[in-house]
Amino acid sequence: MVFELSVLGLVFLPLAAGITVFAVGRWGPPLTIIVGLIQPFFAAGVARSIWQNGPSRYRIGGWGAPLGIDLHVDGIGALMVLMTAVVGLMVAIYARSYFATTESEPANQSSMFWPVCLLLWTGLNALYLSGDIFNFYVALEMLVLSAVALIGLGGKPKAVDAALHYVIYAVTASLFYLMGLTLLYSMYGTVDWAILGTRVEPNFSTRCSIVLMTVGLLMKTALFPLHFWLPAAHGSAPAPASAMLSGLVLKASFFVLLRLWYNVFPYEDLRAAGDFLGILGAAAIIWGSVKAIIQQRLKLLIAYSTVAQMGYLFLFFSIPHESPYFCSAWSGTWYFAVSHACAKAAAFMAVGSLAHAAGSDQIKDMAGMAQHQPVAVFAFGLSGVSLMGLPLSGAFVAKWMLLKSTLASGHWHLTIAILAGGLMAAIYIVRVLATAFAVDSRSVRNAPAPMQWPPLILACLSAALGLVAYYPMKLLEIGAPCSAILMGVTP
Amino acid sequence: MTTVTLFASCGAVIFGIGFFGVVVCRRLLQIVIALNVMGSGVFLVLIALARRTTGGRPDPVAHSMALTGLVVAVSVTALALTLVRCRYKQTGSTDLNNR
Repeated sequence: MVFELSVLGLVFLPLAAGITVFAVGRWGPPLTIIVGLIQPFFAAGVARSIWQNGPSRYRIGGWGAPLGIDLHVDGIGALMVLMTAVVGLMVAIYARSYFATTESEPANQSSMFWPVCLLLWTGLNALYLSGDIFNFYVALEMLVLSAVALIGLGGKPKAVDAALHYVIYAVTASLFYLMGLTLLYSMYGTVDWAILGTRVEPNFSTRCSIVLMTVGLLMKTALFPLHFWLPAAHGSAPAPASAMLSGLVLKASFFVLLRLWYNVFPYEDLRAAGDFLGILGAAAIIWGSVKAIIQQRLKLLIAYSTVAQMGYLFLFFSIPHESPYFCSAWSGTWYFAVSHACAKAAAFMAVGSLAHAAGSDQIKDMAGMAQHQPVAVFAFGLSGVSLMGLPLSGAFVAKWMLLKSTLASGHWHLTIAILAGGLMAAIYIVRVLATAFAVDSRSVRNAPAPMQWPPLILACLSAALGLVAYYPMKLLEIGAPCSAILMGVTP
Repeated sequence: MTTVTLFASCGAVIFGIGFFGVVVCRRLLQIVIALNVMGSGVFLVLIALARRTTGGRPDPVAHSMALTGLVVAVSVTALALTLVRCRYKQTGSTDLNNR
């Protein structure tokens, strides 16, 4: 009962609220925050039920899988909705005061943020709970539409340009995914990924569909050579929108990719492709970090840091399935995704407060911010700790697991990329902090408390994830592709 | 069976033409149209392969997927055209620059 209620609430509550807010604009901030306060309970309900009963299905309308549409929740889905709920709540609290204080922006900006934000939330939850690959497509399109609206929200020529680029690439990517889906459906007659996984055979058409769907999802996840749309899009959106886009939306397409690779396709045949994706991930870490180091604008620095951090997630593809560390690499990758979501949302929100205080987001204008805006600078620094992967942070635990598994499987070039990425993250974070701690006597605009504390809470959370890693790690293994074979190998 | 293959290959070719257009074109309106061409290719493949059922009746699930895809395509086109108009008002141009 709790499970059914929670699953439905996670999808339908933000959907209903989003439609209501479209009609009655001034209810936007309060309704979103109320929804935000309820969502963590629903997400916790789902997580608790998965913890006790294992992977669960919900038959919408009681039809059942081959005919109707099923929702399917396992460990990763539960942790992802929990992450979305917590990050979403903090962003909603922050956004309310962000749009109230930044007066120079166009008037309709804030009124349009709320419904779009709620619909984005619906899309994310629907995707994480979905049991069929066509629903993934619908949820991905929902995310594209709302993400485009969020990017273009600023209304400035640059923002409109970034939104246009994004809509073109994202829709092309979606069509690639849909083409692959069409091939799969026509061969196997089902779109339910669990059933599909039992029917898939390695033949030419299956390989075509793997390539089409993977390319589409890589474009959306902004893996290294396909990342070109990301910095402009995430750098020109308003701060709360960037926080959602960078922290949450990228994880959605990655989620679909891992679902397909490890729950549907016969991944023993994908060894070479997986190695290639791992190398691209390592290249993304190096390239994104180098670009982040040379940026002059703080938001672009954070955006390039996202390019680098997404690279870590792809290292997982090169871990062979029979490796004893496969399971810990699986958990480590997802834990990294959660930790990155908290840290990156915190960083973007902190930068939004700092940019508001300083009047621009040029790094050189951050001088003296540590004395004027100590909370925001502390939040930025703490999220930086997580991005670097210093001990005790969630990212440290995750990187440690990835390090061990890459070494054990002999991918030492990936190990070097992990270590170098951490070092370069330290360079670009410390560069900003060093400027912020410079002495400066100019007067700045103070950001109100709701613009300072939510980023700090999220940053603390991402730092504390390393201390409470046991339960999330166990949750991630529920329904994982390794759990049947290698139960209990994790440290 | 040959009809199905013919239509499905046509769909794949149209998809390819659309993708070529998205990559090559620099005018925004052309790109939006190319995206729609790409989408039509996918829908044609979906509709064609829906005939590959054993009972002789086409598969309605594939048709409903194509319909859902059409709805999405219409919404995306509307949003993209709004952005193109917004850009035209701001800069007086409908070309895609710096790509």
